[in-house]
Amino acid sequence: MTRLPRWADLVLVPLISLLLAGIISALVILAIGESPSEALKTMVVGAVGSPYAWGYTLYYATSFMFTGLAVTVAFHASLFNIGGEGQAQLGGLGVALVCLALPWPHWTLALMAAMIGAALFGAAWAAVPAYLQAKRGSHIVITTIMFNYIGAALIIYLLVNVLRPAGQMDPATARFPEGAALPQFHDIPFIRNLYLRYDGSGVARLNAAGEPIYQQVPANVTLFIAVLACWLVWLLLWRTRTGYEIRAFGKSQQAAIYAGISPVRITMIAMLISGALAGLMSINNVMGESGRLLQNSAEGAGFIGIAVALMGRNHPVGVFLAAILFGFLYQGGAELGLLTGIPIELRTVVQGLVILFTGALDHMVRMILGLFFRPRRTVVT
Amino acid sequence: MVADTQAGRQHDAAAPVQAALAIELRGISKAFGSVQANKDISIQVAKGTIHGIIGENGAGKSTLMSILYGFYKADSGQIFINGQPTLIADSQAAIRAGIGMVFQHFKLVQNFSVLENVILGAEDGALLRPSLAKARKVLGDLAREYELDVDPDALIEELSVGHQQRVEILKALYRHADILILDEPTGVLTPDEADHLFRILKGLKEQGKTIILITHKLREIMEITDTVSVMRRGEMTATVKTAGTSPEELAELMVGRKVLLDVAKTPAKPGRTVLEVENLRVRDADGVERLKGISLSIRAGEILGIAGVSGNGQSELLEVLGGIEHGTGTIKINGEVIDLTGKSSDAQSRRARGIAHVPEDRQHLGMIMDFTAWENMCFGYHNDPAYQKNALLMDNDAIRADAEGKIERFDVRPPDCWLPAKSFSGGNQQKIILAREIERNPDLLLVGQPTRGVDIGAIEFIHKRIVELRDAGKAILLVSVELDEIMSLSDRIVVMFDGRIMGERLPEETDERQLGLMMAGVGEGEGA
Amino acid sequence: MDYSTFLQILDSTFRLATPLLLACLAGLFSERSGIFDIGLEGKMLMAAMCTGAVAAISGSVWIGVLAGIGGAMIFALIHGLASITFRGNQLISGVALNFVASGITVLVAQALFRQGGRTPPLSGDARFNPIELPFAEALSSVPIIGPLYAEVISGHTALVYIAILAVPVSWWVLYRSRFGLRLRAVGENPASVDTAGISVVRLRYSAVIITGLLCGLAGAYMSAGLQAGFGREMTAGRGYIALAALIFAKWRPWGALYATFLFGFLQALALRPDVIERVLHFSIPTPALDALPYILTVIVLAGFVGRAIPPRAGGEPYVKER
Repeated sequence: MTRLPRWADLVLVPLISLLLAGIISALVILAIGESPSEALKTMVVGAVGSPYAWGYTLYYATSFMFTGLAVTVAFHASLFNIGGEGQAQLGGLGVALVCLALPWPHWTLALMAAMIGAALFGAAWAAVPAYLQAKRGSHIVITTIMFNYIGAALIIYLLVNVLRPAGQMDPATARFPEGAALPQFHDIPFIRNLYLRYDGSGVARLNAAGEPIYQQVPANVTLFIAVLACWLVWLLLWRTRTGYEIRAFGKSQQAAIYAGISPVRITMIAMLISGALAGLMSINNVMGESGRLLQNSAEGAGFIGIAVALMGRNHPVGVFLAAILFGFLYQGGAELGLLTGIPIELRTVVQGLVILFTGALDHMVRMILGLFFRPRRTVVT
Repeated sequence: MVADTQAGRQHDAAAPVQAALAIELRGISKAFGSVQANKDISIQVAKGTIHGIIGENGAGKSTLMSILYGFYKADSGQIFINGQPTLIADSQAAIRAGIGMVFQHFKLVQNFSVLENVILGAEDGALLRPSLAKARKVLGDLAREYELDVDPDALIEELSVGHQQRVEILKALYRHADILILDEPTGVLTPDEADHLFRILKGLKEQGKTIILITHKLREIMEITDTVSVMRRGEMTATVKTAGTSPEELAELMVGRKVLLDVAKTPAKPGRTVLEVENLRVRDADGVERLKGISLSIRAGEILGIAGVSGNGQSELLEVLGGIEHGTGTIKINGEVIDLTGKSSDAQSRRARGIAHVPEDRQHLGMIMDFTAWENMCFGYHNDPAYQKNALLMDNDAIRADAEGKIERFDVRPPDCWLPAKSFSGGNQQKIILAREIERNPDLLLVGQPTRGVDIGAIEFIHKRIVELRDAGKAILLVSVELDEIMSLSDRIVVMFDGRIMGERLPEETDERQLGLMMAGVGEGEGA
Repeated sequence: MDYSTFLQILDSTFRLATPLLLACLAGLFSERSGIFDIGLEGKMLMAAMCTGAVAAISGSVWIGVLAGIGGAMIFALIHGLASITFRGNQLISGVALNFVASGITVLVAQALFRQGGRTPPLSGDARFNPIELPFAEALSSVPIIGPLYAEVISGHTALVYIAILAVPVSWWVLYRSRFGLRLRAVGENPASVDTAGISVVRLRYSAVIITGLLCGLAGAYMSAGLQAGFGREMTAGRGYIALAALIFAKWRPWGALYATFLFGFLQALALRPDVIERVLHFSIPTPALDALPYILTVIVLAGFVGRAIPPRAGGEPYVKER
């Protein structure tokens, strides 16, 4: 295969993949009779053109960071965890149970407890496929897919038959208590000043009580936890023994055994961490945004984690950037659906194309790039 | 055809000068990336002869034959088959030209029957039934003619390695091959099976077939070939009549200089017993017993060499001692019994006991090819407190500093601890592993095939380090398929055959012939 | 449960099993050749949309089917390009194509018809019509067998019969033809095929094309047989159930028939909770029935009910070894 300089492999391959996905999307937009440049403009304005837009983009990005990290950790152990979606939904269940268990006095306490709940439930949902892979050799890709469906069915059953309050029609839990509501951007001092509403003459509008009125955005404190998680995962993978063992095991199982690394242990650890990270995503959407557990709460973010991890080259910094990119794509795509004739599903197409180019057609992308680099002599014997 | 057969029978008399050529290669060159595997190679193979091609690992023998078989395309050069210039674009063309090849790693479908494997790609029509019936008949004929009996309905996975090889030969003959190429055919065979194979090959020669035998074993060349070509580093260095040469001359042609395999070493001064193994047994994943009750001991300050044809249990012995495999029996290190099946039967526990392990397969076991040199320098010892910053984090600076010292002391080239392991040559990869394992100052060092695929310069270095460790009073278990290496390094030699110990010899009181017999399972037993 | 209710459930089992069976056989050809395909779902969806759209426009279901096959084929070939030509990760390629299909089907349907991503309802010749098998009427009065023949076996659309017929045909192709021998060989050990002078690439592409064809039929049945028109995400995970059935079937054609009919039966039961309650005297929640195929597959994968061994070279791109 074509060998590229390391920086090109890390930076150019994802960028070219993105470009290719963009070109194809533009052709699709043209084919359905819309204007690609208008679409891009709508997306930029709607996703990054204002603090309000960023309030949505970063909300999505927060979820994607968690699920992207989840896929990344598993990838390093050469495990392909497609179960992020189910693990995130189960994580949501954990959040809901914690939040509904007590009349929480303050959101910080609720947050810590809910994080434990989310991580435990997410990890638990990854544990069975992990165990079957480690002990019985069942292919983790298939079992995690199966567990997505089993998880979805379980959540539906619980929401309809167990957790739904009497008299409520829609399948969802009760609303979480006041003390379990996370501060959103318009609640956080300083940041909220970005979200002041102004009247025509540029004066901040006040409500009846004389307090300023803020625009409501879903982005919340979970973003900071997600950024922290990026750093922690980097630390885990490149600075701890467990990370060293995960990476060694992912590169060569035989060699790992020679080094005394237990395949069962590493498979379990990597998948439990992966599941916990996917589960933690629910802090963002279930606790930070909807305030109750709904059906299909993860809304595909578990799958987007695959695209984010591939685009981010399985590095937490890359995942951080790719998550913001996909946040842009998601928010921008929603704007397209609202303001233009382009259906919101365009973002699913782009997501698929990015996965395709970065994860499956990466050799083709490298070959294209290889045309621009002189072959490097490398010692191979 | 008649002429071919006559040529074959005449080989014992001085071969006719204008003997018909089955194959002629002219100026074949092939590069993989920046590696020149074949450089301007020309060779002539007479019809009805057995032509040996000998050379070290990586000399380019297999590449050359793969080109002849159409598996690779040569960058330049010409191929003549029976005097006709022939373009061999793919394997199909080679098969049409009457060439059959038995690869080192068999190309068989494990869960197919022998018949299905034989007809694969040589079916007579779109329906299988008639092809299978025809193959059944042809196989019967071939079996009678050449001692090639195999149950046509057996599944490949149920067959022994020797029988699988026969299926490969049958595949070639079923396709009417007149020219048969065998790549390292005896590497996986027991001596009995190898003898049987040679009888088959002689029978094929009698029938006028031309055979090319690729090997790195001098003994086989001397025993069976008519002519031998020597390859070194992608080049053809000589072609000689087997009758007119000697193993010594061939060895020199192979490595390009007189082989200096005498390692300077003083007599051993063995001390206390470090390793005691009693009645050690190992079963593989399929339940086949690979070690059938091994007992041996090694004392401090001595090198015990294990000789044997590969696949006779030496790998399993290393693996169970190194904590990679489970087993039954007793292993004592410094008098303490170690766990062979339970929780602490893993490589980490072995290292904690002072056992270091330089594995046979360095690229798949000994290191992570994508890891940097410094990451590989602590591989297996990454839990060592010296490499930790605190309870949670590793001290990468300490690991790098440590690695740089080892790189210098073991003369690893290039001396760059940030390079990934895959960018080093085989010899330097081996030095990285040796540096890591030897500098732990282990009580017992397990070494498997220390110089396989290593250039001559590094071989001497590696041998010297192993002897130095012995002189420092450590016990060393050396496994090698290279008899010369065993002879020159060991203080005592144990020969393994079929998972058992055939006997023990002192290097100064034995010779290669005697060891060779023991390796072939001809045991005298009185030496143990 | 009375006999006629039982027949009703069997009847819907036939209809629900058909897309599963076609997709399962599609996966069988691909995986037997060594190409893992978790993109069955996407190909079915693509075919369902193409069939729905073209049948609505042309008014002919068969032209629609051709379009469906074409749509699935394009995706199959992209998967082939990624997995065979560019030796990419087959699992990732499958996942990616499922997403692309999920989005693009809605985009195209919306652009063509502006009906919220659906295609217009099909009727008449634009849809598959039931085929009455001979003597169905005459035999229906025969006890037990008669109604079974008339209500369960007769009266399905052409694709149901084609799907069932595809089982013996697939078996015959795999085990009795030269193509099948080579296909199975390339999935077990591609080097054996390569050294025999047969093109691994060509064989694997043929397998992938057959997969496209069968997925095309499966998708066409979704939008023009089972339902009357395409709706977003209408395959609803059937591609994954087919994949599960393939494992259940241990990659064998007859096994595929049994597995998909078992899963089809479970789906049919899930539609009739009243029947379950009457028979068992307690109710099984519908989600549990929905999840049952997946749970069964996990149990099979875990190796507790006979080991499912996939083709040995599955998922690995073929590279000539040096």
